[in-house]
Amino acid sequence: MADKVLKLNIMTPDRTFYDGEASMVEFTSTEGELGIYPGHIPLASIVAPGVLTIHEAGGEVKKAALHSGFAKISTDEIMILAEVIEWPDEIDINRANEAKERAQRRLSGKDSGLDIQRAELALKRSLTRISLKG
Amino acid sequence: MASMKDIKRRKMSIQSTEQITKAMKLVATVKLQKAKGRAENSRPYFDAMYGTVSSMLAASGTINHPFLKEGESSRKAIITLTGNRGLAGGYNANVERLVTGSGFDKDDCVIYAVGTKGRDYLKKRGYSIAADYSEAINAPMYADAMEIGKKVLEDFKAGEIGEIYLAYTSFKNTVVHEPRLLKLLPLKAEDILADAQEEEVSAPLTYEPEAEVALDHIIPKYINSLIYGALMEAVASENGARMTAMDNATNNADEMISDLSLKYNRARQSSITQELTEIIAGANALA
Repeated sequence: MADKVLKLNIMTPDRTFYDGEASMVEFTSTEGELGIYPGHIPLASIVAPGVLTIHEAGGEVKKAALHSGFAKISTDEIMILAEVIEWPDEIDINRANEAKERAQRRLSGKDSGLDIQRAELALKRSLTRISLKG
Repeated sequence: MASMKDIKRRKMSIQSTEQITKAMKLVATVKLQKAKGRAENSRPYFDAMYGTVSSMLAASGTINHPFLKEGESSRKAIITLTGNRGLAGGYNANVERLVTGSGFDKDDCVIYAVGTKGRDYLKKRGYSIAADYSEAINAPMYADAMEIGKKVLEDFKAGEIGEIYLAYTSFKNTVVHEPRLLKLLPLKAEDILADAQEEEVSAPLTYEPEAEVALDHIIPKYINSLIYGALMEAVASENGARMTAMDNATNNADEMISDLSLKYNRARQSSITQELTEIIAGANALA
Protein backbone atom coordinates (compact mmCIF):
# COMPACT_ATOMS: atom_id res chain seq x y z
CA MET A 1 0.00 0.00 0.00
CA ALA A 2 2.68 2.43 1.01
CA ASP A 3 4.47 2.42 -2.31
CA LYS A 4 1.34 2.85 -4.39
CA VAL A 5 0.82 6.18 -6.04
CA LEU A 6 -1.93 8.10 -7.78
CA LYS A 7 -1.50 10.03 -10.95
CA LEU A 8 -2.77 13.52 -10.25
CA ASN A 9 -3.62 15.89 -13.03
CA ILE A 10 -5.07 19.32 -12.32
CA MET A 11 -6.13 21.44 -15.25
CA THR A 12 -7.44 24.97 -15.44
CA PRO A 13 -8.79 26.73 -18.52
CA ASP A 14 -5.48 28.46 -19.23
CA ARG A 15 -2.81 26.11 -17.98
CA THR A 16 -1.98 22.72 -16.58
CA PHE A 17 -1.79 23.49 -12.89
CA TYR A 18 -0.27 20.27 -11.60
CA ASP A 19 0.83 17.05 -13.18
CA GLY A 20 2.54 14.48 -11.02
CA GLU A 21 2.24 11.58 -8.64
CA ALA A 22 0.79 11.63 -5.18
CA SER A 23 0.31 9.11 -2.41
CA MET A 24 -2.79 10.87 -1.11
CA VAL A 25 -4.94 13.79 -2.14
CA GLU A 26 -7.34 15.70 0.09
CA PHE A 27 -9.95 18.21 -0.96
CA THR A 28 -13.42 19.43 -0.10
CA SER A 29 -16.39 18.29 -2.14
CA THR A 30 -19.97 19.48 -1.92
CA GLU A 31 -20.68 16.37 0.16
CA GLY A 32 -17.84 16.87 2.61
CA GLU A 33 -14.11 16.42 2.89
CA LEU A 34 -12.51 13.71 0.83
CA GLY A 35 -9.16 11.99 1.23
CA ILE A 36 -8.28 9.86 -1.77
CA TYR A 37 -5.77 7.01 -1.56
CA PRO A 38 -4.73 4.86 -4.49
CA GLY A 39 -7.31 2.20 -5.24
CA HIS A 40 -10.31 4.41 -4.64
CA ILE A 41 -13.56 3.47 -6.38
CA PRO A 42 -14.33 5.49 -9.52
CA LEU A 43 -16.10 8.63 -8.49
CA ALA A 44 -17.13 11.97 -9.95
CA SER A 45 -17.43 14.71 -7.45
CA ILE A 46 -18.12 18.44 -7.36
CA VAL A 47 -15.56 20.66 -5.69
CA ALA A 48 -16.56 23.04 -2.92
CA PRO A 49 -14.23 25.90 -1.95
CA GLY A 50 -11.52 24.53 0.29
CA VAL A 51 -7.89 23.61 0.68
CA LEU A 52 -6.42 21.03 -1.64
CA THR A 53 -3.62 19.04 -0.05
CA ILE A 54 -1.33 16.97 -2.20
CA HIS A 55 0.84 14.38 -0.41
CA GLU A 56 3.45 13.86 -3.05
CA ALA A 57 5.03 10.50 -3.70
CA GLY A 58 8.35 11.83 -2.40
CA GLY A 59 6.82 12.72 0.96
CA GLU A 60 6.49 16.43 0.31
CA VAL A 61 3.15 18.09 1.06
CA LYS A 62 1.77 20.80 -1.18
CA LYS A 63 -1.28 22.92 -0.59
CA ALA A 64 -3.42 25.04 -2.87
CA ALA A 65 -6.68 26.95 -2.66
CA LEU A 66 -9.24 25.15 -4.81
CA HIS A 67 -12.42 27.16 -5.33
CA SER A 68 -14.54 25.51 -7.96
CA GLY A 69 -14.45 22.72 -10.44
CA PHE A 70 -14.98 19.01 -10.39
CA ALA A 71 -12.95 15.89 -9.92
CA LYS A 72 -12.97 12.60 -11.77
CA ILE A 73 -11.44 9.83 -9.72
CA SER A 74 -10.53 6.40 -10.97
CA THR A 75 -8.52 3.69 -9.21
CA ASP A 76 -5.08 5.04 -9.99
CA GLU A 77 -5.75 8.49 -11.38
CA ILE A 78 -7.35 11.73 -10.31
CA MET A 79 -8.24 14.44 -12.75
CA ILE A 80 -9.38 17.74 -11.34
CA LEU A 81 -10.89 20.24 -13.75
CA ALA A 82 -10.55 23.41 -11.74
CA GLU A 83 -12.13 26.67 -12.75
CA VAL A 84 -10.30 28.60 -10.06
CA ILE A 85 -7.24 27.33 -8.18
CA GLU A 86 -4.21 29.09 -6.67
CA TRP A 87 -0.91 28.24 -5.04
CA PRO A 88 -0.36 29.98 -1.70
CA ASP A 89 2.18 32.39 -3.20
CA GLU A 90 -0.37 33.58 -5.74
CA ILE A 91 -2.78 34.71 -3.05
CA ASP A 92 -3.02 38.35 -2.10
CA ILE A 93 -3.70 38.25 1.63
CA ASN A 94 -4.88 41.86 1.80
CA ARG A 95 -7.44 41.29 -0.89
CA ALA A 96 -8.63 38.12 0.80
CA ASN A 97 -9.06 39.96 4.11
CA GLU A 98 -11.00 42.72 2.41
CA ALA A 99 -13.21 40.22 0.61
CA LYS A 100 -13.90 38.46 3.91
CA GLU A 101 -14.88 41.74 5.55
CA ARG A 102 -17.14 42.63 2.63
CA ALA A 103 -18.84 39.26 2.58
CA GLN A 104 -19.45 39.29 6.33
CA ARG A 105 -20.97 42.74 6.13
CA ARG A 106 -23.24 41.66 3.33
CA LEU A 107 -24.31 38.57 5.26
CA SER A 108 -25.20 40.56 8.37
CA GLY A 109 -27.33 42.95 6.29
CA LYS A 110 -30.65 41.78 4.92
CA ASP A 111 -30.67 41.20 1.21
CA SER A 112 -32.24 38.98 -1.41
CA GLY A 113 -31.54 35.24 -1.36
CA LEU A 114 -29.26 35.21 -4.35
CA ASP A 115 -26.95 37.79 -2.86
CA ILE A 116 -26.71 35.82 0.37
CA GLN A 117 -25.62 32.77 -1.59
CA ARG A 118 -22.99 34.73 -3.40
CA ALA A 119 -21.74 36.35 -0.24
CA GLU A 120 -21.50 32.96 1.44
CA LEU A 121 -19.43 31.65 -1.43
CA ALA A 122 -17.22 34.71 -1.36
CA LEU A 123 -16.75 34.30 2.37
CA LYS A 124 -15.78 30.65 1.94
CA ARG A 125 -13.31 31.55 -0.76
CA SER A 126 -11.68 34.28 1.29
CA LEU A 127 -11.49 32.04 4.36
CA THR A 128 -9.78 29.35 2.30
CA ARG A 129 -7.24 31.85 1.05
CA ILE A 130 -6.59 33.23 4.52
CA SER A 131 -6.22 29.83 6.12
CA LEU A 132 -3.69 28.80 3.49
CA LYS A 133 -1.70 31.96 3.86
CA GLY A 134 -1.91 32.30 7.61
CA MET B 1 -2.70 63.10 -68.25
CA ALA B 2 -2.60 64.05 -64.61
CA SER B 3 -0.08 66.69 -63.70
CA MET B 4 3.15 65.82 -61.93
CA LYS B 5 1.98 67.55 -58.81
CA ASP B 6 -1.22 65.47 -58.64
CA ILE B 7 0.62 62.23 -59.15
CA LYS B 8 3.13 63.12 -56.48
CA ARG B 9 0.44 64.01 -53.98
CA ARG B 10 -1.39 60.74 -54.61
CA LYS B 11 1.80 58.75 -54.23
CA MET B 12 2.54 60.36 -50.89
CA SER B 13 -0.93 59.62 -49.61
CA ILE B 14 -0.66 55.97 -50.57
CA GLN B 15 2.75 55.79 -48.97
CA SER B 16 1.45 57.02 -45.64
CA THR B 17 -1.46 54.58 -45.82
CA GLU B 18 0.99 51.81 -46.49
CA GLN B 19 2.95 52.72 -43.39
CA ILE B 20 -0.21 52.32 -41.34
CA THR B 21 -1.22 48.99 -42.87
CA LYS B 22 2.31 47.70 -42.42
CA ALA B 23 2.31 48.64 -38.75
CA MET B 24 -1.13 47.09 -38.25
CA LYS B 25 0.07 43.90 -39.86
CA LEU B 26 3.01 43.69 -37.49
CA VAL B 27 0.81 44.33 -34.47
CA ALA B 28 -1.68 41.71 -35.62
CA THR B 29 1.12 39.20 -36.13
CA VAL B 30 2.37 39.63 -32.58
CA LYS B 31 -1.14 39.45 -31.14
CA LEU B 32 -1.86 36.38 -33.21
CA GLN B 33 1.12 34.55 -31.76
CA LYS B 34 -0.05 35.31 -28.25
CA ALA B 35 -3.66 34.42 -28.94
CA LYS B 36 -2.63 31.19 -30.63
CA GLY B 37 -0.60 30.17 -27.60
CA ARG B 38 -3.48 30.87 -25.28
CA ALA B 39 -5.93 28.97 -27.46
CA GLU B 40 -3.60 25.99 -27.44
CA ASN B 41 -3.22 26.14 -23.65
CA SER B 42 -6.96 26.05 -23.15
CA ARG B 43 -7.43 22.99 -25.31
CA PRO B 44 -6.45 20.20 -22.86
CA TYR B 45 -8.93 21.51 -20.30
CA PHE B 46 -11.65 21.68 -22.89
CA ASP B 47 -10.91 18.19 -24.24
CA ALA B 48 -11.01 16.73 -20.75
CA MET B 49 -14.25 18.54 -20.05
CA TYR B 50 -15.78 17.36 -23.29
CA GLY B 51 -14.73 13.79 -22.64
CA THR B 52 -16.20 13.83 -19.16
CA VAL B 53 -19.50 15.31 -20.20
CA SER B 54 -19.95 12.91 -23.09
CA SER B 55 -19.07 9.89 -20.97
CA MET B 56 -21.48 11.10 -18.30
CA LEU B 57 -24.26 11.48 -20.81
CA ALA B 58 -23.46 8.11 -22.34
CA ALA B 59 -23.61 6.40 -18.98
CA SER B 60 -26.79 8.14 -17.97
CA GLY B 61 -28.90 8.10 -21.08
CA THR B 62 -32.22 8.32 -19.36
CA ILE B 63 -31.58 11.25 -17.07
CA ASN B 64 -34.36 13.73 -17.17
CA HIS B 65 -32.74 17.09 -16.73
CA PRO B 66 -33.93 20.56 -17.81
CA PHE B 67 -30.62 21.21 -19.60
CA LEU B 68 -31.18 18.20 -21.81
CA LYS B 69 -34.69 19.08 -22.87
CA GLU B 70 -36.07 21.54 -25.35
CA GLY B 71 -37.21 24.65 -23.45
CA GLU B 72 -40.82 25.78 -23.71
CA SER B 73 -39.90 29.10 -25.24
CA SER B 74 -39.26 29.16 -28.97
CA ARG B 75 -36.86 32.05 -28.57
CA LYS B 76 -33.28 31.40 -29.49
CA ALA B 77 -30.34 33.02 -27.83
CA ILE B 78 -27.31 33.62 -30.00
CA ILE B 79 -24.00 34.56 -28.45
CA THR B 80 -22.14 36.39 -31.21
CA LEU B 81 -18.40 36.74 -31.02
CA THR B 82 -17.07 39.49 -33.27
CA GLY B 83 -14.36 42.08 -32.99
CA ASN B 84 -14.52 45.57 -31.57
CA ARG B 85 -12.53 46.83 -34.52
CA GLY B 86 -12.79 46.61 -38.26
CA LEU B 87 -10.09 46.33 -40.91
CA ALA B 88 -9.95 42.59 -40.55
CA GLY B 89 -11.14 41.53 -43.97
CA GLY B 90 -14.33 39.51 -43.87
CA TYR B 91 -13.95 38.50 -40.25
CA ASN B 92 -16.85 40.45 -38.74
CA ALA B 93 -19.07 40.23 -41.80
CA ASN B 94 -18.79 36.44 -41.90
CA VAL B 95 -20.13 36.04 -38.37
CA GLU B 96 -22.87 38.58 -39.05
CA ARG B 97 -23.87 36.76 -42.20
CA LEU B 98 -23.89 33.49 -40.30
CA VAL B 99 -26.48 34.91 -37.91
CA THR B 100 -28.67 36.61 -40.54
CA GLY B 101 -28.46 33.61 -42.82
CA SER B 102 -29.14 31.04 -40.13
CA GLY B 103 -32.80 30.82 -41.06
CA PHE B 104 -33.94 31.93 -37.61
CA ASP B 105 -36.70 34.50 -37.52
CA LYS B 106 -35.19 37.69 -36.16
CA ASP B 107 -38.14 38.37 -33.88
CA ASP B 108 -37.44 35.00 -32.33
CA CYS B 109 -33.79 35.70 -31.60
CA VAL B 110 -32.08 37.48 -28.80
CA ILE B 111 -28.46 38.42 -29.18
CA TYR B 112 -25.86 38.24 -26.45
CA ALA B 113 -23.21 40.31 -28.10
CA VAL B 114 -19.49 40.12 -27.56
CA GLY B 115 -17.86 42.62 -29.88
CA THR B 116 -19.27 45.99 -30.91
CA LYS B 117 -19.08 45.32 -34.64
CA GLY B 118 -21.56 42.47 -34.56
CA ARG B 119 -23.70 44.19 -31.95
CA ASP B 120 -24.16 47.38 -34.00
CA TYR B 121 -24.77 45.54 -37.23
CA LEU B 122 -27.40 43.21 -35.81
CA LYS B 123 -29.06 46.04 -33.92
CA LYS B 124 -29.43 47.97 -37.15
CA ARG B 125 -30.96 44.91 -38.75
CA GLY B 126 -33.66 44.82 -36.08
CA TYR B 127 -32.39 42.07 -33.79
CA SER B 128 -32.89 42.62 -30.10
CA ILE B 129 -29.77 42.75 -28.00
CA ALA B 130 -30.18 41.17 -24.57
CA ALA B 131 -26.73 41.82 -23.22
CA ASP B 132 -23.43 43.26 -24.30
CA TYR B 133 -20.03 41.98 -23.21
CA SER B 134 -17.94 43.74 -25.81
CA GLU B 135 -15.22 44.60 -23.32
CA ALA B 136 -14.44 40.91 -22.97
CA ILE B 137 -13.07 40.42 -26.47
CA ASN B 138 -10.13 42.78 -25.86
CA ALA B 139 -8.50 40.39 -23.40
CA PRO B 140 -10.79 37.45 -22.70
CA MET B 141 -10.44 35.88 -19.29
CA TYR B 142 -12.13 32.81 -17.94
CA ALA B 143 -14.14 35.07 -15.63
CA ASP B 144 -15.74 36.67 -18.70
CA ALA B 145 -16.83 33.30 -20.01
CA MET B 146 -18.26 32.48 -16.59
CA GLU B 147 -20.24 35.70 -16.56
CA ILE B 148 -21.71 35.16 -20.02
CA GLY B 149 -22.44 31.52 -19.26
CA LYS B 150 -24.18 32.41 -16.03
CA LYS B 151 -26.40 34.98 -17.71
CA VAL B 152 -27.57 32.72 -20.56
CA LEU B 153 -28.20 29.81 -18.21
CA GLU B 154 -30.26 32.01 -15.92
CA ASP B 155 -32.37 33.14 -18.82
CA PHE B 156 -32.69 29.55 -19.99
CA LYS B 157 -33.82 28.40 -16.56
CA ALA B 158 -36.26 31.29 -16.32
CA GLY B 159 -37.84 30.06 -19.57
CA GLU B 160 -37.08 33.24 -21.48
CA ILE B 161 -35.11 31.37 -24.08
CA GLY B 162 -35.48 27.83 -25.34
CA GLU B 163 -32.22 27.27 -27.19
CA ILE B 164 -28.74 28.69 -26.95
CA TYR B 165 -26.37 29.04 -29.88
CA LEU B 166 -22.85 30.32 -30.15
CA ALA B 167 -21.74 32.10 -33.34
CA TYR B 168 -17.99 32.44 -33.57
CA THR B 169 -15.05 31.97 -35.88
CA SER B 170 -13.12 28.80 -35.32
CA PHE B 171 -9.40 28.97 -35.83
CA LYS B 172 -8.02 26.25 -38.05
CA ASN B 173 -4.66 27.80 -38.83
CA THR B 174 -3.22 31.23 -39.54
CA VAL B 175 -4.99 31.65 -42.84
CA VAL B 176 -8.03 29.41 -42.49
CA HIS B 177 -10.80 30.55 -40.16
CA GLU B 178 -14.27 29.21 -40.37
CA PRO B 179 -17.40 30.88 -39.02
CA ARG B 180 -19.40 28.38 -36.99
CA LEU B 181 -22.77 28.23 -35.35
CA LEU B 182 -22.67 25.89 -32.39
CA LYS B 183 -25.64 24.72 -30.35
CA LEU B 184 -24.95 24.91 -26.63
CA LEU B 185 -28.30 24.00 -25.11
CA PRO B 186 -30.36 21.91 -24.91
CA LEU B 187 -27.66 19.31 -24.87
CA LYS B 188 -28.64 16.22 -26.82
CA ALA B 189 -26.93 13.02 -25.85
CA GLU B 190 -27.10 11.90 -29.51
CA ASP B 191 -25.31 15.04 -30.74
CA ILE B 192 -22.46 14.60 -28.35
CA LEU B 193 -22.14 10.87 -28.76
CA ALA B 194 -22.15 11.12 -32.54
CA ASP B 195 -18.60 12.39 -32.48
CA ALA B 196 -17.34 10.99 -29.22
CA GLN B 197 -14.41 9.00 -30.44
CA GLU B 198 -13.32 6.33 -27.98
CA GLU B 199 -15.70 4.35 -25.88
CA GLU B 200 -13.85 3.68 -22.67
CA VAL B 201 -16.42 1.67 -20.85
CA SER B 202 -14.44 1.15 -17.70
CA ALA B 203 -16.01 0.75 -14.30
CA PRO B 204 -19.13 2.92 -14.22
CA LEU B 205 -18.63 6.17 -12.37
CA THR B 206 -20.35 6.81 -9.12
CA TYR B 207 -21.61 10.30 -8.67
CA GLU B 208 -21.37 12.21 -5.53
CA PRO B 209 -23.84 13.94 -5.32
CA GLU B 210 -26.07 11.81 -7.56
CA ALA B 211 -26.12 12.24 -11.32
CA GLU B 212 -28.97 14.77 -11.63
CA VAL B 213 -27.42 17.13 -9.12
CA ALA B 214 -23.97 16.59 -10.54
CA LEU B 215 -25.18 17.50 -14.02
CA ASP B 216 -26.57 20.68 -12.55
CA HIS B 217 -23.03 21.66 -11.61
CA ILE B 218 -21.10 20.20 -14.48
CA ILE B 219 -23.14 21.41 -17.43
CA PRO B 220 -22.67 25.11 -16.55
CA LYS B 221 -18.93 24.46 -16.30
CA TYR B 222 -19.06 22.70 -19.64
CA ILE B 223 -20.86 25.67 -21.21
CA ASN B 224 -18.36 28.07 -19.67
CA SER B 225 -15.46 26.13 -21.08
CA LEU B 226 -17.10 26.09 -24.52
CA ILE B 227 -17.57 29.85 -24.40
CA TYR B 228 -14.01 30.36 -23.18
CA GLY B 229 -12.60 28.17 -25.93
CA ALA B 230 -14.67 30.04 -28.52
CA LEU B 231 -13.46 33.40 -27.17
CA MET B 232 -9.85 32.24 -27.49
CA GLU B 233 -10.36 31.00 -31.03
CA ALA B 234 -12.25 34.14 -32.01
CA VAL B 235 -9.41 36.37 -30.86
CA ALA B 236 -6.87 34.27 -32.73
CA SER B 237 -9.04 34.31 -35.85
CA GLU B 238 -9.57 38.05 -35.66
CA ASN B 239 -5.88 38.74 -35.55
CA GLY B 240 -5.19 36.19 -38.24
CA ALA B 241 -7.82 37.78 -40.47
CA ARG B 242 -6.44 41.24 -39.80
CA MET B 243 -2.92 40.10 -40.52
CA THR B 244 -3.95 38.64 -43.89
CA ALA B 245 -6.05 41.70 -44.77
CA MET B 246 -3.28 44.11 -43.89
CA ASP B 247 -0.73 42.04 -45.78
CA ASN B 248 -2.91 42.29 -48.88
CA ALA B 249 -3.38 46.01 -48.34
CA THR B 250 0.36 46.54 -48.05
CA ASN B 251 0.98 44.56 -51.22
CA ASN B 252 -1.67 46.54 -53.08
CA ALA B 253 -0.15 49.79 -51.88
CA ASP B 254 3.26 48.67 -53.12
CA GLU B 255 1.79 47.87 -56.51
CA MET B 256 0.03 51.22 -56.75
CA ILE B 257 3.15 53.08 -55.73
CA SER B 258 5.26 51.43 -58.39
CA ASP B 259 2.54 52.15 -60.93
CA LEU B 260 2.41 55.80 -59.89
CA SER B 261 6.19 56.12 -59.90
CA LEU B 262 6.19 55.00 -63.50
CA LYS B 263 3.51 57.53 -64.37
CA TYR B 264 5.35 60.24 -62.49
CA ASN B 265 8.61 59.58 -64.32
CA ARG B 266 6.84 59.58 -67.65
CA ALA B 267 5.18 62.91 -66.87
CA ARG B 268 8.51 64.33 -65.78
CA GLN B 269 10.18 63.10 -68.94
CA SER B 270 7.50 64.53 -71.17
CA SER B 271 7.60 67.88 -69.41
CA ILE B 272 11.38 68.07 -69.91
CA THR B 273 11.01 67.15 -73.55
CA GLN B 274 8.38 69.82 -73.96
CA GLU B 275 10.56 72.45 -72.28
CA LEU B 276 13.48 71.56 -74.52
CA THR B 277 11.31 71.78 -77.61
CA GLU B 278 10.12 75.20 -76.52
CA ILE B 279 13.65 76.50 -75.87
CA ILE B 280 14.93 75.22 -79.18
CA ALA B 281 11.91 76.67 -80.99
CA GLY B 282 12.54 80.03 -79.24
CA ALA B 283 16.25 80.00 -80.15
CA ASN B 284 15.43 79.22 -83.77
CA ALA B 285 12.95 82.10 -83.91
CA LEU B 286 15.61 84.54 -82.68
CA ALA B 287 18.29 83.38 -85.07
